[in-house]
Amino acid sequence: MEYKDYYQIMGVGREAAADDIKRAYRRLARKFHPDVSKEKDAEARFKEIGEAYEVLRDPEKRAAYDALGARKPGEDFRPPPDWESDYGGRVDPNAHSDFFEQMFGGLGRGRGTFRSRGFDTAGHVEITLEEAFRGTDRRLSVQRVAVDERGHPQPATQQLNVRIPAGVVDGQQIRVAAQGQPGVGGGPAGDLFLEVRLLPHRWFRAEGRDLSLDLPVTPWEAALGETVRVPTLGGRVDLKLPKGSQTDQQLRLKGRGLPGSPPGDQFVVLKIMVPPAANSTDEAQYRQMAATFAFNPRAAMEGAS
Amino acid sequence: MTDLIRALLLDESVEFSLADLCSACHVSEELIVEIVAEGIVEPHGVDRAQWRFSGIALTRVQRVMRLQQDFGVNLPGAALALELLEELERLRRAQR
Repeated sequence: MEYKDYYQIMGVGREAAADDIKRAYRRLARKFHPDVSKEKDAEARFKEIGEAYEVLRDPEKRAAYDALGARKPGEDFRPPPDWESDYGGRVDPNAHSDFFEQMFGGLGRGRGTFRSRGFDTAGHVEITLEEAFRGTDRRLSVQRVAVDERGHPQPATQQLNVRIPAGVVDGQQIRVAAQGQPGVGGGPAGDLFLEVRLLPHRWFRAEGRDLSLDLPVTPWEAALGETVRVPTLGGRVDLKLPKGSQTDQQLRLKGRGLPGSPPGDQFVVLKIMVPPAANSTDEAQYRQMAATFAFNPRAAMEGAS
Repeated sequence: MTDLIRALLLDESVEFSLADLCSACHVSEELIVEIVAEGIVEPHGVDRAQWRFSGIALTRVQRVMRLQQDFGVNLPGAALALELLEELERLRRAQR
């Protein structure tokens, strides 16, 4: 297994006082806590920091850790032959490295004397907006910890095939019952909680179950109130524009957002595009419009300094 | 090929009793009563026996518990952090 340099992880010296360690932990937790952090590897970093703090905050564990001497992080490491990993307590095996498990774990000691529910586990899964609309299946790899006959936890990777129901909104949790860590002494397994994150979409923006879409239209479609085809996640629909529509006006397609009760709406934001004057014929038409229309979009600004 | 496991969507349409919520979040009824009194989650139903919580409430209770444990703040502090985080997430989404 790999040696973990808990001091380096916490960014403190080996002689750091308990207060310094606590301060470093709090500062790092605010930066990497998965509930507050936007850092990419927040979950892994927070796990590492939590593990380091668990050892360094406890004078007994810290002294035992210090007695191992300083080593290079990641160095291959075997516990000393007389090492007695008996720190009691039950720790969440999913939250720790192999190094921690071997040195401070103690899971499974007293096996048979108590029965308890397995730990819940958490993670996240990224899906597209189309998948959120229709529901989707995801194959996930989860780390489970089984306890061998010597009472040592053995990590094992398992594949799960999870059906994510239609209508998930960004940041919402789903629960996969009994797929967390196995129970101890015949206790029930914990649950797996997954935060669903919606990947950005090329055309649609999601806000809860509502969607919005910028729709480019021609000046004549907007002015004359023509019918245009609009993409929705459920397929194209025909939308009649109100006569005299303007850029940034919003039209609502009721119930065309993400499914749910009630389903979300799709908002269509009109963007009027001006055709380029690509040749002399086009230019002539624009000049004719300039001559015919009594239209000054800046009328309200006239007289402003 | 592994079996297909159905995930439960924790939205407004699911309902948890007080006992369900306690067991899902591994907390005591007293703690949920405090969380309700703090206004962090709002159950439907007049008294504790009839309380029904949504899937969103479950997520909020879990987050507030994590914030309390991991940052060493009290319940009102965790509630404030939760609301600010939710507001931040809403703004970030609106900006995308």
